[in-house]
Amino acid sequence: MHFTSVSRQEILETIQMVQMENLDIRTITMGISLRDCGHPDPVTACRRVYDKITRQAENLVKVGEEIEDHFGIPIVHKRISVTPMAMVAEASETEDYTPFARAMDEAAAAVGVNFIGGFTALVQKGMTVGDRRLIASIPAALAETERVCSSVNVASSKAGINMDAVLQMGHIIKAAAEATRERDSIGCAKLVVFCNVPEDNPFMAGSFHGVGEPEAVINVGISGPGVVRNAVVKRPDADLGELANVIKRTAFKITRMGELVGKTASEALGVPFGIIDLSLAPTPAVGDSVSDILEAIGLESTGTHGTTAALAMLNDAVKKGGIMASSHVGGLSGAFIPVSEDAGMIRAAEAGILTFDKLEAMTSVCSVGLDMIAIPGETSAETIAAIIADEMAIGMINRKTTAVRVIPVAGKTVGEFVEFGGLLGRAPIMPLHTQSSDVFVKRGGRIPAPLQSFNN
Amino acid sequence: MNGSKVIISVLGKDRVGIIAAISGVLATHGGNILDISQTILEDYFTMIMMVDLSACDLAFPELKETLVTTGEGIGMQVNIQHTDTFDYMHRI
Repeated sequence: MHFTSVSRQEILETIQMVQMENLDIRTITMGISLRDCGHPDPVTACRRVYDKITRQAENLVKVGEEIEDHFGIPIVHKRISVTPMAMVAEASETEDYTPFARAMDEAAAAVGVNFIGGFTALVQKGMTVGDRRLIASIPAALAETERVCSSVNVASSKAGINMDAVLQMGHIIKAAAEATRERDSIGCAKLVVFCNVPEDNPFMAGSFHGVGEPEAVINVGISGPGVVRNAVVKRPDADLGELANVIKRTAFKITRMGELVGKTASEALGVPFGIIDLSLAPTPAVGDSVSDILEAIGLESTGTHGTTAALAMLNDAVKKGGIMASSHVGGLSGAFIPVSEDAGMIRAAEAGILTFDKLEAMTSVCSVGLDMIAIPGETSAETIAAIIADEMAIGMINRKTTAVRVIPVAGKTVGEFVEFGGLLGRAPIMPLHTQSSDVFVKRGGRIPAPLQSFNN
Repeated sequence: MNGSKVIISVLGKDRVGIIAAISGVLATHGGNILDISQTILEDYFTMIMMVDLSACDLAFPELKETLVTTGEGIGMQVNIQHTDTFDYMHRI
């Protein structure tokens, strides 16, 4: 074993991670600026959008597959993010931005990617004409396209919370659920409301190409809950300091793979390498679960007392290990807890142990937020707005990214299941508090930006 | 994505003829075996081969497909990876 510097044991470890523990690169996402595509005529603007995406991303899937072959590491998704469409479409003389979503969808199909993010508006402080039109077009855009993902940033630690936008997003989520009613309201699975949204996140549905980004960029999202879980399972007697170290070492190795793939893709495509997003992203596949890690740390079920502390330790250790392994870290970077996409979370939610309120608490210590949670179809827009407001407040005060991706499943209620299939998974409809928040959310206005000191 | 040195791993239930089958493919196409080792990994028989492909007459994807097919023929899972994968994961 001479021509590589690593030992036989290390070679075996890598093989085991890939073959037995579902280690994969979750996504290579190409960010593409569409800032030069605006035009007063919407038809021309849409054609420019389509042409630019298909030109820039022409070889993305091919290169991704070559890298997969070369290194023997699966790259699950090749995806695209674009400039927030509200900014691109704003120059066009039209009220309806749905055709822009269709142009994105067609371009994504043409280059062979399964999701394209960036039907997006950033409205934490207020809305422009383009923002307003884009948000109004979201329900139809999600109903009429397959691949388009939408996101709206309504709050930040610097700007506070735009409560008018929060209430409007409550109504938009309801409308998106209704518009995709016959498909279990799947439109809402592609719509995220954010606080402190990162501009370089490669993970859907919240991915877009931020305004400070270059013309094009390659961002990589890594994953590997199964690898971390196995590392934890092998150390039943380790104290939590030791366990954090084990997780750090594992995150380091996973991230190195992401760095290798990102650098190689960037060279092959002639596009600069942006960041690695160090997220533990679960899938519904057995063994690919963040919940399983929490249970391996020592909880009888995710959702019981101790869950928040275990998740905080996991999330921080993943970041520490990953940051050492990569030259540029960004995006969301932490543990994801999307309920419908994690077999362990689904189990705990179904048993009633993992509740909506516990999930909210968990989001204060992990990346992102209330993610892929199915709620009763009859939930009011005001209640959804109040859920968003709570989650935005956690992000704003803690200077972190938080998000809401809830699905008020049209025609279904507590006790029933929703099946999205594929990576989006399945979920029990979770009960919510039934008392009204209407007066609070209808007050409107902005919740002022918080103090950045006296942090108690 | 250059470099001619790869690691071929073969996982499955131990049986007669595994090394013969895989090394046969490599001999036919000019892959030079530099080292072989075998071990048991989570109850699976695991063989690791270090191979130099600088004189190989097949492109990497074709060689991979041939090896995977050969492996399936004897009930084994075959994977082939460039050595960069291992160097990069374990070293800065």
